[in-house]
Amino acid sequence: MKCRKCGEKAVIHMRQHKLALCKNHYLDWIPKQTQRFIHDNKMFNPEDRILVAVSGGKDSLVLWDVLSRLGYQVDGLYIGLGIDGGNGYSAESRRFTEIFAAEHKLNLITYDIEEHEGLDIPTAASMTRRGRERPCSICGLSKRHIMNRVAIENDYDVLVTGHNLDDEAAVLFGNTLNWLTAYLQRQGPVLPNRSGLVKKAKPFFRFYERETAAYALLRGIEYMYDECPHAVGAKSIYYKVLLNQLEADRRGAKLSFYLSFLRAKETMNFNLGGDDVERMLHPCTSCGQPTSTPDLCTYCRTWKEVRDRREMMLEQGIES
Amino acid sequence: MTARIHLRDKEFKVRSGMTIRSALLRLNIQPEAVLPTRDGELLTDDEILQERDEIRLIAVISGGAH
Repeated sequence: MKCRKCGEKAVIHMRQHKLALCKNHYLDWIPKQTQRFIHDNKMFNPEDRILVAVSGGKDSLVLWDVLSRLGYQVDGLYIGLGIDGGNGYSAESRRFTEIFAAEHKLNLITYDIEEHEGLDIPTAASMTRRGRERPCSICGLSKRHIMNRVAIENDYDVLVTGHNLDDEAAVLFGNTLNWLTAYLQRQGPVLPNRSGLVKKAKPFFRFYERETAAYALLRGIEYMYDECPHAVGAKSIYYKVLLNQLEADRRGAKLSFYLSFLRAKETMNFNLGGDDVERMLHPCTSCGQPTSTPDLCTYCRTWKEVRDRREMMLEQGIES
Repeated sequence: MTARIHLRDKEFKVRSGMTIRSALLRLNIQPEAVLPTRDGELLTDDEILQERDEIRLIAVISGGAH
């Protein structure tokens, strides 16, 4: 297959766009497309201070690379989760992130959960009702809370994440299957800032997962290849497999599914509700972040439950 | 007349002469979920498998809580 732009041997074929590109044109295409998505969706401007959440995985490191190449003022935030899983998952992820930041002379903020909360994610999860079987719930909750807090406390204008089209389509699929209308209402490539909540943007929301991986490979970006040990059997992965099956039979199905949803939200007066939750937001009595739950926000309530349980276990002489 | 396809710690033997995409579909590997490489070079999946080809697949699906 030949590159559509120069006729050289192509290295990637994006079937949904009927577009094949060689290495050089692909490395040029990704940043240009990213810039177009940023501009068209009014994500941010060159004068904005941007914080990118980096996990050490391909999407976030590629995003950091692309945004810095495009000339944006972008710092990284790495959250240490303390997950080992037999392959030193968190330690390795952090190593890839730190190497990338050092090699590209980029500023990296590191936030270690155990340092701040006294326990790592797997240990904390084992002490909560919702996390006993799967730590993903407390992990996702903690990451979202910390990303917002660090962005607000350090005066960043926008928090960006490396979510790609496959991530977004899988979330949409799950939310639609269960008609989670409040989540559907909030899903999109940009979430505007509100009192206590930083603006969020997902510049890679139109790239397929294999496209960010291809960019990492071609650009020589080393990333954490192994999956989080707790992601095995995750619903999001199951949904991705189903959607990829659809894509294999009908090219562009994933892209069309997600973009049609966004268009429907915008143009068809697609009222999904969810405004009631927005109206009920008030500051958490402990951390001050907006919450719809009475008194404490879910983050503070969950970590309070963890600390209380740990104290009780220590009093009873039980090792965690 | 065989080529070998590697995915993580698994190895599959396939007949050469077919495209990588056909081989992946026969092996029940989703073409959207991997990137094929030969000697570290990225390939499009219409590439015809040659005898003694060693194709390494890079898995691209990631997931968990966001």
